[in-house]
Amino acid sequence: MSDSVADNPATRPFAVRLTGVTKTFGGVTALSDVSLDVRVGEIHALLGENGAGKSTILKILNGVHAPTAGRIEVYGEPLDVHTPEAAKRAGIGMIFQEMSLVPTLSAAQNIFLNNEAKDGLGLIDDKAAARRARELFETLGVEIDPKALVGDLSAGQRQLTEIVKAISRNVRVLILDEPTTALSGGEVEKLFAFLRRLKSEGVAIIYVSHRMDEITRIADRATILRDGRHVVTAPMSELTLDRIIEYIVGRRSRGFSDVERRDASRGAPLLEVRSLSGPRKPVSVDLTLYAGEVVGVAGLLGSGRSALARVLFGIDRKRAGEILIRGAPVEIASPRDAIAKGMALVPEDRLRQGLILEHSVESNTSLSILDRLASWLFVSSAKASEAADRQIDGLRIKTASRDAAVRTLSGGNQQKVVIGKWLNAEPDIFVLDEPTGGVDIGSKAEIIALVRDLAARGKAVLVISSELSELLTASDRIVVMSDGRIVSEAARDAFDDPNPNNDVGEQLQFAERKLSQIIQKAHAHV
Amino acid sequence: MSDTTARPSFVAPLVANWRQYIPYLGFVLIFAFFSATLFNQGFLEPTNQLNILRQTAMISIMSVGMTYVLSAGEIDLSIGMVAGLISCVVAVAMDHFGVVAGVAAGLAAGGVVGLVNGLLTTRIGIPSFLTTLAMMGIARGTAMWMTQTKSIPILDDGYNWLFGGGNLGPIPVLVIWTAVVAVVGHVVLRRTTFGRRVLATGGSETAARYSGIDTKGIKMRVLVISSLGAALAGMLYAGRLHSGRFQLGEGDELSVIAAAVLGGTSLFGGSGTVVGSIVGSLMIGVINNGLLLMGLEYSQQLIARGIIIIIAVAISQSRK
Repeated sequence: MSDSVADNPATRPFAVRLTGVTKTFGGVTALSDVSLDVRVGEIHALLGENGAGKSTILKILNGVHAPTAGRIEVYGEPLDVHTPEAAKRAGIGMIFQEMSLVPTLSAAQNIFLNNEAKDGLGLIDDKAAARRARELFETLGVEIDPKALVGDLSAGQRQLTEIVKAISRNVRVLILDEPTTALSGGEVEKLFAFLRRLKSEGVAIIYVSHRMDEITRIADRATILRDGRHVVTAPMSELTLDRIIEYIVGRRSRGFSDVERRDASRGAPLLEVRSLSGPRKPVSVDLTLYAGEVVGVAGLLGSGRSALARVLFGIDRKRAGEILIRGAPVEIASPRDAIAKGMALVPEDRLRQGLILEHSVESNTSLSILDRLASWLFVSSAKASEAADRQIDGLRIKTASRDAAVRTLSGGNQQKVVIGKWLNAEPDIFVLDEPTGGVDIGSKAEIIALVRDLAARGKAVLVISSELSELLTASDRIVVMSDGRIVSEAARDAFDDPNPNNDVGEQLQFAERKLSQIIQKAHAHV
Repeated sequence: MSDTTARPSFVAPLVANWRQYIPYLGFVLIFAFFSATLFNQGFLEPTNQLNILRQTAMISIMSVGMTYVLSAGEIDLSIGMVAGLISCVVAVAMDHFGVVAGVAAGLAAGGVVGLVNGLLTTRIGIPSFLTTLAMMGIARGTAMWMTQTKSIPILDDGYNWLFGGGNLGPIPVLVIWTAVVAVVGHVVLRRTTFGRRVLATGGSETAARYSGIDTKGIKMRVLVISSLGAALAGMLYAGRLHSGRFQLGEGDELSVIAAAVLGGTSLFGGSGTVVGSIVGSLMIGVINNGLLLMGLEYSQQLIARGIIIIIAVAISQSRK
């Protein structure tokens, strides 16, 4: 890399150093003797399943929790006081997924919020703030108008503004937790370019994400945690995707490469879509889903994949075109119609669209089948419990009980509750939109295995995903969408590696590269 | 004690869920306080206790409807004024066409108000806060207009017995009305598909819609239920006072919302309990009665009641 820091990265001083950190809550050990060191000018990935201890480390660094034992040093200074204020003074800044910006204020006003430039009379000097924000944006290579309202900025621009706000407050250790969930492909590129710039300025970055493809591209080193313990710290160059997964899940669970691909025999067409158009997207989509088949939908954010799912499920209004189920034309004006026709949608935003967080697992898993659980008008609680237990057992949902609020479950288990809700309805056609988003790697593999299993049982499955490895593992056929249209379609075989000597991981990487090229090319042509 | 080891198994679930018993605990505390301090003023006399029940019947009945509205994530501010309007509608219709027509007109008018609230909220998308705020004025204005702001007497003894001062044995009919509405309301919310759908809609409208629930239809229905509850309350006011008056029910919406929240129903939707709302209503009734017996002036009663309600709601909200 032609960065301005030309010294040997391995000898740079430590920005953050945790030694032997242990944290217990009551009798439960969340972290046990964990060490983490992040050097100046380094992007350090922190990896692990949900519950492995990542959030606990972040909260300790952030001053929310005090460690039970162990030492923390920031730029060589011991950090002994554990409060958010002390962490801030030490130069640690965390960027939250839910961003802390005020949409009705400008970018500049947000950056200097509660830290405003004052003029001679002690009044707020917005011009000076805008000037200083512009300087910051220019030094950091960010193209945002400081006077633009944050509400008018894209998700990516808001993210960058948030980071600039932290940097303006002398943050020397930047913590990013799943920073790309709301970003489009292009915005992710901009974020990465920006992070590399910060790195060259000597900022230490701790990067937490479930997206392996991003980690392998942006991180210099990674520390992997499992069950509250340190597993390994290594340069990314020494880690392959399969080895990372192995470190993360241990031996007890499966990675993508051993998801069983029982070849389901393709049956009759279950869902046919002819020149289907939605309010804006999709545009004139033709697609046929066969029984026993998984079709993957690839494409960048905003390519119309989720819009297609919403029109199919009757959430967005159909503008033109025809939907046929088992050969018969159907009108789907609401999710109720779609469900009655044997369709299910696992939506992209599980927290908002998929679950009622404050309600119990049982109440969520019975939502799709209330009528079936009722005799006359009365819901049978015995049947509802049975339906919940069936999914808790079948999908191995980890929950205190079927009466626990879904909010208390981990991301992966929450997603299994959404899936369980639809399995209860016994549909024939599944549409899964980002089924593994924000889900830990172990659950990811389980969910993909489940998708294969559904196909083997004669269901038709449409999987929308931004994770190519997952799409390639799950699908029999892959279509690529761009700007609302299907621009390319190919059987899974078309991505096979011609070199039979490569191992499973290398073959998957080959297929990913090939699919990624198609997606990028499709995007470039728009 | 030898049974200390056995105790946790019995106490643990109660302790774990202690917060959901706060409304009941609060009721018991307030009741005990007045029982002790007002013992000599006859607070515990059966006649006084029945009086409390009679006086809170309308609030209790409306709080059942409010529990549905709040559980579905909406609010209905129009109920107090609607109760007043319906008392006038019943009195006027009865004057011209007889008792049966009066009752039918009252229920129909309540249903129409609910439908209008529901249609404006679900079809046009005006928040129910604003729809029902506007409906407050419309209901009040209509009631004043149709009665020329006069009180309309109701002379039918049968009506006044059934909807007002009657007793079945020792039990006032108002208490029976309350009990019937409470039991039906509780069972429907807890045990029917409709009740589950109401709670799901309030818990997350989007997730409910994505699960195939007709959330607009649900919202429409809860607003109609609330208006029908207000209509029944209006008819009971009319029967109790032998007249229809536009002032009846004035300010009840606030007592009713306070009762529901005191009882543990969330203002933000997704969780509600009819039993809690009834307990909340009784709490307000007991407070009103106790303060009156204490000999406070009306102005002092208002202040004391406000402070007690704030404290009680603050405690019941601390569970969040």
